[in-house]
Amino acid sequence: MTTATPAATAVDGAAKTGRPGRRGRPATGVGRPGFAWAAPAAVFFGLFALVPLVLVVVLSFARWNGLGSPEFAGLENWSRLLDDPVMVKSLWLSLLLTVLGVVVQTPISILLGVWAAGRQRNRAVLSAVYFVPLLLSITAVSVLWRAVLDPNFGIPSQARWLFGDGNLLGTQAGALGVLVFVSTWQFTPLHTLIYQGAARAVPEVLYQAAQIDGAGRVRQFFHITLPQLRNTIVTSMILMVVGGLTTFDTILILTQGGPGTDTTNSAYYMYQKAFKSFDFGAASAIALLLVLVATLVSLILVRLTGYDRMRSTMEGV
Amino acid sequence: MRRRPNYLAGFGALIWLFLVGLPLYVMLVATFQTRADYAANGPLSFPERFTLDNYVDDLNTGFAQYFLNTAIVTVCVVGIVLLLVPPLAYAIVRSDGKATGRVFRLFLLGLAIPSQAVIVPVFYLINEAGLYDNLLGVILPTAAFAMPVCALILSGVMRDITPELYEAMTVDGASPGRVFFQLVLPLAKGGLSTVVVFASLQAWNGFLFPLVLTQSSENKVITMGLYDFQTEHGVDIPGLLAAVVLSMLPILLVYLFARRALVQGLMGVGGK
Repeated sequence: MTTATPAATAVDGAAKTGRPGRRGRPATGVGRPGFAWAAPAAVFFGLFALVPLVLVVVLSFARWNGLGSPEFAGLENWSRLLDDPVMVKSLWLSLLLTVLGVVVQTPISILLGVWAAGRQRNRAVLSAVYFVPLLLSITAVSVLWRAVLDPNFGIPSQARWLFGDGNLLGTQAGALGVLVFVSTWQFTPLHTLIYQGAARAVPEVLYQAAQIDGAGRVRQFFHITLPQLRNTIVTSMILMVVGGLTTFDTILILTQGGPGTDTTNSAYYMYQKAFKSFDFGAASAIALLLVLVATLVSLILVRLTGYDRMRSTMEGV
Repeated sequence: MRRRPNYLAGFGALIWLFLVGLPLYVMLVATFQTRADYAANGPLSFPERFTLDNYVDDLNTGFAQYFLNTAIVTVCVVGIVLLLVPPLAYAIVRSDGKATGRVFRLFLLGLAIPSQAVIVPVFYLINEAGLYDNLLGVILPTAAFAMPVCALILSGVMRDITPELYEAMTVDGASPGRVFFQLVLPLAKGGLSTVVVFASLQAWNGFLFPLVLTQSSENKVITMGLYDFQTEHGVDIPGLLAAVVLSMLPILLVYLFARRALVQGLMGVGGK
């Protein structure tokens, strides 16, 4: 296996491995690209994603305020976090927001996705409109909703019968509801689209057979569509879980973690620890915790549904 | 065998259309009103006196600069991704070495790494590299985090090229480089445009990296401009919403032209 220096461009790499490969290697390797083709991307990605992931582990055991060098601090950050009521609360809030997000978004996007998988013209147009929220930055979406929900100038001021005094973000339940609603608004299109693609791949014969057997639409949905979408449901849920646990921009713009610390989830708390209190050690510990929880939840989802058997075929490159 | 229309689902879809459309409508009509009219008539009313002042004001208070910065970041991110990811995807699909397989698994793992998880070390590295408050410092990590999705999309596209085509060229004695430039790149054009759309979307909409890695107003990108506007002039809702519209205009244009590429790229995520 040839190795390449990070600086080597793809084309240089080709020249290096391509020719010796053609002569020197066994027949299967003839004319195949060597590792050097993957190396520049791997190095670049490693530098900004994998090295930092290792560094975050190191920093979680260090004291560092952003100036000077990090100092080894043992388990200090971790023991401080375990005693920190805001931290514990933030973890629960992260999980709550994630669960609410999955519970609200999954049924809506399955139904919309299966519906949109039909082939009439108006569905294509509607799906195109649905898509718009997904294009907007989370920043733009949060700013937009904050304006729309403004207690004095927004929609609540027009519909007091529905919103009461209109200060939705002033209570914990209201603020959490708004956060779940806004991420549903933005990300349902993505999941709808994923389900739409998968629903189109369900073999039409299954429905035809069911129809001959006299199964109605509802039964077809539960006995054919849903089981066929199983792998897609897992993919979509994993995306929701990772997205839900790391909700940050929305909170920064819509609630600033408030009222009080009632919407301070772990991702937002990490940002505060790092870039407001300059406690980068504690922030790293929280970040690591988030990755661990996200991985754990994803693994559980994968195992529970037997998705890993499919995944291993996908990875068999 | 055409089935009768599903009225219930169609009704649900219309409700969703209303939920998606209402805030977009509020946003658009607000931007064409004066602040006073908006405050007096409420968010649902149609503008009495049509004005473009909100847009003009925004562009005069820095948004032109933010636009330019965002464009620079986006172009550079797309450039880096286009330079690095196609060879990577090619190696993933065609190389028979174990190392390439491992690299691909790392990129799959990378799909699951949220940028917040690494923001502290990235901040540290960018600082050490002397790139803090420099657009290059935003460009590099943004490009890196755009790569896993792009690698996934492109390797899927390249895998669809039939092995016979590869073999025919190889039998003729073509080097991997020639195969790449004369066969793979031309046949992967559709995938490449999907990747361009995805990378530019991520770069244009990026928030966390600019938030943490830049500071001065000459290095602000448009999402930071929105965030600051919100914190400083949150009550000027028409002005704020005009800024939101400005920030999304280029994306909507891209969407109009590249809808197919975008939709197909996302549909593939579900897996069969």
